[in-house]
Amino acid sequence: MKKITAAGLNLHYGTFHALIDVSLGIEPNKITAMIGPSGCGKSTLLRVFNRMNDAIEGVRVAGNVELDGENILAYRDDEAIDILRRKVGMVFQRPNPFPLSVFENVAFGMRIHKLARGRELEDRVAESLKAVLLWDALKDKLKRSALSLTLEQRQRLCIARLIAVTPDVILLDEPCSSLDPVATLKIEELMLELKKRYTIIIVTHNMAQAARVSDETGFMLLGRLVEFGETSRIFTAPQAKETEEYITGRYG
Amino acid sequence: MKSRTAQRIAFAVLLAVSCVVFLPVVSIFVILVKEGGGALTPEFLFTMPSEGMRSGGILPAIIGTLLIVVCAIAVTLPVGVLAAIYLNEYAKDNLLTRVIRLAIVNLAGVPSVVFGLFGLALFVMMLNLGVSVIAGALTLSIMELPSIITTSRNALSSVPASFREVSLSLGVSRWRTIRHVVLPNAVPGILTGAILSLARIAGETAPILFTAAAFYVTRLPHSLSDQVMALPYHLYIISTQIPNMPSKLTYGTALTLVLLVFLMSLAAIILRIIFRRRKKW
Repeated sequence: MKKITAAGLNLHYGTFHALIDVSLGIEPNKITAMIGPSGCGKSTLLRVFNRMNDAIEGVRVAGNVELDGENILAYRDDEAIDILRRKVGMVFQRPNPFPLSVFENVAFGMRIHKLARGRELEDRVAESLKAVLLWDALKDKLKRSALSLTLEQRQRLCIARLIAVTPDVILLDEPCSSLDPVATLKIEELMLELKKRYTIIIVTHNMAQAARVSDETGFMLLGRLVEFGETSRIFTAPQAKETEEYITGRYG
Repeated sequence: MKSRTAQRIAFAVLLAVSCVVFLPVVSIFVILVKEGGGALTPEFLFTMPSEGMRSGGILPAIIGTLLIVVCAIAVTLPVGVLAAIYLNEYAKDNLLTRVIRLAIVNLAGVPSVVFGLFGLALFVMMLNLGVSVIAGALTLSIMELPSIITTSRNALSSVPASFREVSLSLGVSRWRTIRHVVLPNAVPGILTGAILSLARIAGETAPILFTAAAFYVTRLPHSLSDQVMALPYHLYIISTQIPNMPSKLTYGTALTLVLLVFLMSLAAIILRIIFRRRKKW
């Protein structure tokens, strides 16, 4: 059973048709990469899955997007959307920890959602930091400001903050675009570790990254999903001409 | 003329103009300190006036001003911050919000004496509050509302959008995002604006003229419905209505008022420095 399926998904920003008839299925516990040139709609698609486009004025979405068999586009009240966002978490392009301590960053969601307190909260903060492989480096520096960390550590911290609220799906919106190559590799290792427990969708500019980490890849162009399939096949035997041109670096 | 010479002349002119701004501040301080500095004794600051205000202290005016100003800010700050939250975080750009924005701009342009008359009509007479601390404070609070709303909105919109985005993406509702993420990071800006407002309304005369201020009161205020003396009004009276007023006391009163306002501004500046050092985004 697919974790997420989209069928006949169309999205307009005002008069701009940003997603055109997108249909796909996301496998659970796999990494799905969305690639394509800037403005192709891959980030917009990602933000459909946690309804983050709702905040933008003038956005209209039509079609069917199901998470575990439930149409998330049908959610009307804010509470249902808040619950959806706890299930489908997001990591952003720029590491964006709050100007709080390391501990308070990870504890943020758990405190607000009243998931844990006291001893249990401390344990779960530790667990989340272990999951993103930050615990050994930071266990004695939990009271330090998160803004004193390196960019890579900050991005890890943001992932820890997210998994602390126990999502099912993690959306990564070009998570490595502000990191250097070494840090990028480390985050990729982390993704491979995380996919054992979470379904991961990553939007990336970096084709090598998609080839390295993902199990399945979708190529988007001008709002359309041109091709979708197993990563090894997409990169070795693309069926569409546009895909081939893009991955061989002829444009984008 | 060579362009470098032109540049030098232009800079010199700009510098001179900037100094013109600086000059009045300094000269006001120098004159006030020279003429009234000697009057600033503990007795002057902490005792009641005597001999028809020609000697003794100005304690009731100081207390009256502080009381009015604190009450005014206590009313205007919550209202202004809530309005700012609505306008900045919730409101869409529609007819209603445009009307509200227009109202704020216009409210800021109303002359203060008009606020005084408005306060007299509404609070003193219609709502029957009488000439009192509370009527004066309410009048000032309405006058200060536009500035509180504007500074609070600026403080809110200076909180990075990414903070809101992350919080929402973690399934935190909009209200809780505002409450737990946006507001804490906007508090420094809001507080600074509030203190500066405090400083500004401390010196206002016209709005309290008909609503709160008394020519002379023999005792300190006991409740918010008492009439009080206030520094700016007291200054006006002793400089125009009382014959043979020792000028030292007049200048001393002016200096006290200026120092009070200056201390408030200083507090705002210090607060801003402290908060700025803490935030690093």
